[in-house]
Amino acid sequence: MAKIIAGVGSSHVPAIGAALDNGKTEEPYWKRVFSGFEKSKEWMARTNPDVAIVVYNDHASAFSVDLIPTFALGCAAEFPPADEGWGPRPVPVVKGHPALAAHIAQSVILDEFDLTVVNKMEVDHGLTVAMSLLFGQPKDEWPCRVIPLAVNVVMYPPPTGHRCYMLGKAIRKAVESYPEDLNVVIFGTGGLSHQISGPRAGLINSKWDKAFLDNLSKDPKKLMRIPHIEYMREAGAEGIEMVMWLIMRGALDDKVEEVYRFYTVPASNTAVGHIILENRGKPVRKRTSAGRSRQAAAHSAVHRIAR
Amino acid sequence: MARKPQDYDDIPGTFVFDAERSRQGYGINMFCMSLMKEENRRAFKANEAEYLKKFQLSDAQRDAILKRDYNRMLELGGNIYFTAKLGATDGHSFQHLAATMTGSSQDDYAAMMLAGGRSVEGNRSKSVKDKPAAKKKAKPKSGSTAKRK
Repeated sequence: MAKIIAGVGSSHVPAIGAALDNGKTEEPYWKRVFSGFEKSKEWMARTNPDVAIVVYNDHASAFSVDLIPTFALGCAAEFPPADEGWGPRPVPVVKGHPALAAHIAQSVILDEFDLTVVNKMEVDHGLTVAMSLLFGQPKDEWPCRVIPLAVNVVMYPPPTGHRCYMLGKAIRKAVESYPEDLNVVIFGTGGLSHQISGPRAGLINSKWDKAFLDNLSKDPKKLMRIPHIEYMREAGAEGIEMVMWLIMRGALDDKVEEVYRFYTVPASNTAVGHIILENRGKPVRKRTSAGRSRQAAAHSAVHRIAR
Repeated sequence: MARKPQDYDDIPGTFVFDAERSRQGYGINMFCMSLMKEENRRAFKANEAEYLKKFQLSDAQRDAILKRDYNRMLELGGNIYFTAKLGATDGHSFQHLAATMTGSSQDDYAAMMLAGGRSVEGNRSKSVKDKPAAKKKAKPKSGSTAKRK
């Protein structure tokens, strides 16, 4: 049986990708940002998931205003990095998991989440920046398969926080009914507070962000009830994309272990937030002995970081 | 037809890209999307007014594009992720664009961001004197940026 073992929340600021790709990680401004992800990369290497479901939004790359799907699930075998106007990011092609993705699509649609199936799609910084932050910059291939879930947060209204949270639950149910033994990590990306449009651009609300992270960890049902107007007022017009983190949270246990958190302001125009939440159940035990020892190592690693 | 009033119109300095603006701004956004291609960027730069004839734009929208009035583009249905492509075509960084929309210099804007960004205090509502969010949140945790439990 496949199992969701952890959730990762991470900003996906495009300038972070540019800093990585242009070798600026040692500059003090960027070092402040990247230093917050060092432990996370170690955690990810030890956790070593088979599949990552990455909830993100497209920024006028794969979708223009011709088609605006609220939830679009990537079911393709691969997703090339998009050219966002300055050439595609020099990162590996993202390899999908079409069989699990098709299974999820079928399961959640029958659970009344009418998502769009996408069999051809390029992925932009919304997905690849969070991948880089957690997996580093591998040359040839990413260390796991990826199922992109693109959420419309560009045109108002995005799906409600409640809808996102419930979709997370449906995704979990789908994953857990997949017969193959797979360890799955789910990402919620975007945010935290930022406004990048209009005369109020530059808005940051650290107090609100920190409360969001606290509740995400301990009391996510509170977040589910936040109306869109509050996101926009308090966290900025574009901060509303934080609803995507609730899909990740909905896919986890009600009670989770917060094993890591990082917050800094700014990266370019945005507050950077990052959290790692673990389900308390044990990861899937693989049938091979190599798999078992790998999982055992991952599990003890978790305790080290959680200590 | 006049825009239907919305609760979020009360947020100062903000043009929410809603379904109505998405409909209204289709031409602006598809024009911006076309700038993803080098040949289109060249054609646009060679003769801007001529290039814009390919898109369904009102006079006001066309005017806003030619004048690079980014706030007006947003008001008339442009979306920031799309209009940013016009900024990039002009060779500007995103922060330059953000500074322009706020009416400050790029240096001042960058300094504001480094100092923690624009405060939400006094920037929540046009109609109501500033007050904190309706619901009380859990107490934020203090201080340091990274922590491991």
